Amino acid sequence: MISPILLTVTGILLAASAGIPLLVAGNPAKGQKIAATLHVLAATAGVSGALAALARKEVETWSIDWGIPFGPAEIGVDPLSALFLLPIFTISACCAVYAVGYWPAEQNPESAPKLTLFLAVLTASLVTIVIARHAVLFLAAWEVMTVSCYFAMTVGGRRKEVRDAGTLYLVVGHLGVLALFAFFSLLKGATSSWLLPGAGALPATSPAATAIFIAALAGFGIKSGIVPLHIWLPSAHANAPSHVSAIMSGVLIKMGIYGMVRAVSLFTDIPFWWGVVLLAAGIVSGLVGVVFAIGQHDIKRLLAYHSIENIGIILMGLGVSLMGSSRGMPALALLGTAGALLHTLNHATFKSLLFFGAGSVIHACGTREIDRMGGLLRRMPLTAAFFLTGAVAICGLPPLNGFVSEWLIYLGLFRGIIDADTFNDPYFALAAPALALIGGLALACFVKVFGIAFLGTPRSDRSAESHEAGPAMLAPMGVLAAVCAGIGLFPQAVAPLLETVVRSLDPGLAATGTTLAGHASLGMVSVVSLVLLLLVGATTLLYRHRLARSPVGVAQTWGCGYLAPTARMQYTASSFAATLVGLFSGLLRPHTKTPLIQGHFPKQVSFRSHVPEALLEGFYLPLFGLLNNRLSLVRRLQHGRLHLYILYIVVTLIALLAWSHFRIRS
Amino acid sequence: MHTAVNTLIHLLLTLLLPPLLLGVINRTKAFFAGRTGAPLLQPYHDMLRLWRKGSVFSSTTTWLFRAGPLVTLAATLAAALLMPLGNQPAPLAFTGDMILFAYLFGLGRFFTVAAALDTGSSFEGMGGAREATFSCLAEPALFFSLVVLARVSSSLSLSGMLNDFPPAAWFGSGAALLLMAGALFIVLLAENCRIPFDDPNTHLELTMIHEVMVLDHSGPGLATVLYGASLKLFLLGALFVHITVPFRSGNVIIDWCAFVGAMVLLAVAIGTVESTMARLRLTRVPQLLVSASLLSAFAMLLVLRQSP
Repeated sequence: MISPILLTVTGILLAASAGIPLLVAGNPAKGQKIAATLHVLAATAGVSGALAALARKEVETWSIDWGIPFGPAEIGVDPLSALFLLPIFTISACCAVYAVGYWPAEQNPESAPKLTLFLAVLTASLVTIVIARHAVLFLAAWEVMTVSCYFAMTVGGRRKEVRDAGTLYLVVGHLGVLALFAFFSLLKGATSSWLLPGAGALPATSPAATAIFIAALAGFGIKSGIVPLHIWLPSAHANAPSHVSAIMSGVLIKMGIYGMVRAVSLFTDIPFWWGVVLLAAGIVSGLVGVVFAIGQHDIKRLLAYHSIENIGIILMGLGVSLMGSSRGMPALALLGTAGALLHTLNHATFKSLLFFGAGSVIHACGTREIDRMGGLLRRMPLTAAFFLTGAVAICGLPPLNGFVSEWLIYLGLFRGIIDADTFNDPYFALAAPALALIGGLALACFVKVFGIAFLGTPRSDRSAESHEAGPAMLAPMGVLAAVCAGIGLFPQAVAPLLETVVRSLDPGLAATGTTLAGHASLGMVSVVSLVLLLLVGATTLLYRHRLARSPVGVAQTWGCGYLAPTARMQYTASSFAATLVGLFSGLLRPHTKTPLIQGHFPKQVSFRSHVPEALLEGFYLPLFGLLNNRLSLVRRLQHGRLHLYILYIVVTLIALLAWSHFRIRS
Repeated sequence: MHTAVNTLIHLLLTLLLPPLLLGVINRTKAFFAGRTGAPLLQPYHDMLRLWRKGSVFSSTTTWLFRAGPLVTLAATLAAALLMPLGNQPAPLAFTGDMILFAYLFGLGRFFTVAAALDTGSSFEGMGGAREATFSCLAEPALFFSLVVLARVSSSLSLSGMLNDFPPAAWFGSGAALLLMAGALFIVLLAENCRIPFDDPNTHLELTMIHEVMVLDHSGPGLATVLYGASLKLFLLGALFVHITVPFRSGNVIIDWCAFVGAMVLLAVAIGTVESTMARLRLTRVPQLLVSASLLSAFAMLLVLRQSP
């Protein structure tokens, strides 16, 4: 059997080299196609490596002596790494193919080579993160990921909002890195090694363990966009090129989830409150994410807020799992982790699909404003069908994949309600209705997006003249839509993979004899989903049969007797969401400018409404402004003169040398 | 054999009974208004006639408009396979089916609202927005109730929760169940767009919810919409009836008859509510739904206090 690591490393090398052809090629179109081919080859190698790793019993690790003073680096593909390798390789290959149609090199001779290069580096760094077992390698890859993503997202923009979004992303990302430095240093203190320990190697009862958990929560939480650390996420996703948004939302923020799962798996005897913290963070992120999403008019910003919501759902699963294992309920541990990990995979597929769809729509209409779209289903039937698939999947509706993972998390919660001492642990009972509310709100939001953008009549001239996306953009969407349907209709196929991963994270679980099949009849979900499809087919046949035998007329939409309706009379996204935005106005703080209408023949007036980034504008910016004023003395150190900066480094180095010299002496 | 016959009865009742409930409701309303009212079987005639009629489609609409009622009906039919009727287990029963049941209604709602938006009419958009908004708010009430049921019955399947629902539970957790029944009745009325949430007989588009969403459907499509809506009323009604009328005789035939009788009584109750109440102002609707959630949340608190 071929070594999984060998295949994965091949994947890294192929992906990393994908940036080169366009830099040297005489024919840009050809260079871009070669880059896409390299990404697809990398995905083939990487996905087969991941599947091979999931299939084999023992974990393979490679030790690399790289001659830096923190000891030899180690890489390994264990089941958890393998599970995350699947979306990384698949989504990045889809992005590279999509880029051929979305950001063609002939039309963007300046930016396309850079974008391709940074996408290639980003892919390679993402893969390195999940296989790194050494703190320094991990942090180096993490930094490369953060920086290459910054360049990829700001590549096309000289506009201020793009630069601002990039700066915010970079600053917040580096605050997260600070927390990760703390995380790895504390871990080194606990294990006296820079290598990551195995699953369940550390007791979670010490104060150091608490500190490690909090550092991981902060560092990985910033990357995954947990509320209130999510402030970088909406503007970064909205302003990046759509395929970069897809990889950010589908894969990059999942690195936070990967880190969190990895960090928690290091411990045994996890205290109950860790689970409660994750569950609470999940509920807050889920609700805040979806409520803010409802208020958005910008299709990509809306999708970005849904990423926060879905990260919340994933965290809820992890919380259930930790609470279960600390209360000795292995079924909860299994259902929670399996649900969270499956939702991670599912969100990667349907959210990338939705961002690709949004990219096609933006390409066609030249705007991100939903209220200027409309009637796109007629002009872009395939994009519409794929977007609809993604929308139904992200709402967690059967028969698609989003339902399966949410269902596993629900099962964990309800199992907790039945089995736990609910008087002391009422958390499960409160979380289930919260998840239902999140689901209902997500449905309202995605009906809005799909209905306003794709249905009705065009609201602007551009959207009336929109065109279907090319094959290079449609193919990745088709692949991802097929994955959504596949996992949704046959969820029992992924159960063994999930079970392998959960068992590797929690070695004690195997001994209890808890199986996924014993607690979640995924086969029955599959039966109901297939029955549903059959029923849709049967009713459609019956209806068509009937329609063919009765007169069919075409007329105008019923307008209560009004015969000259215009496209502007349609319901807009803002009006669709108005009631919900009003109900949650305490959180959203919407700005509305309602004009005063005076006289019998009023002048033309305009109405505006806008949902701001309440937390960023209302809390963080004032806070940092205040800090900025108070710390003006310290800021004198930061004067921009490079030679003095180098002096700082020299002084620090000498100070450290002196300190270690005296420490060894004493 | 026994199971096969019960499944057959289940399917036949599911397919045939729903329109009767509408007939009973209308007859009750007629009684309160001092009229004779239409025959009990009038809804069947209406639906059959619509099914035979021709259709008129708006020039704005696409395939999604035609698919809307079909997907909604298919999702409701699939949900019907999970709901136990007449003290018999549902044809498909498994751990966690109550979540699938709730989410299948979600799928139906998605397509009904999308079909409404496909017409490009502001009225239908308005109806769609209201439907999406109000059902979000009804969702927590339903799930708090499911938590109560799971806790009282120690089961994670609708068949287990409702079928073996012990009449004795009313003595043990009567207060909680009363609160929950109140919440579920509100959800039942809201989800099926009955008074006080929506008036199925109104002719003013501005104030309607469900009826305004389906204004543009005609002929067989409208028949599908009406039938799907009655099936939804039947299923949520069955959930309510199982809890409030925990009658168990042990005899299969008597149980089936008792179930049908209870459903008819429920229809009479809905008719009575519709005859004696006015429709709420739209701005009041969220308040009533939030109070339903609060009722069921209190029911949940009462149940959580007890050890299993």
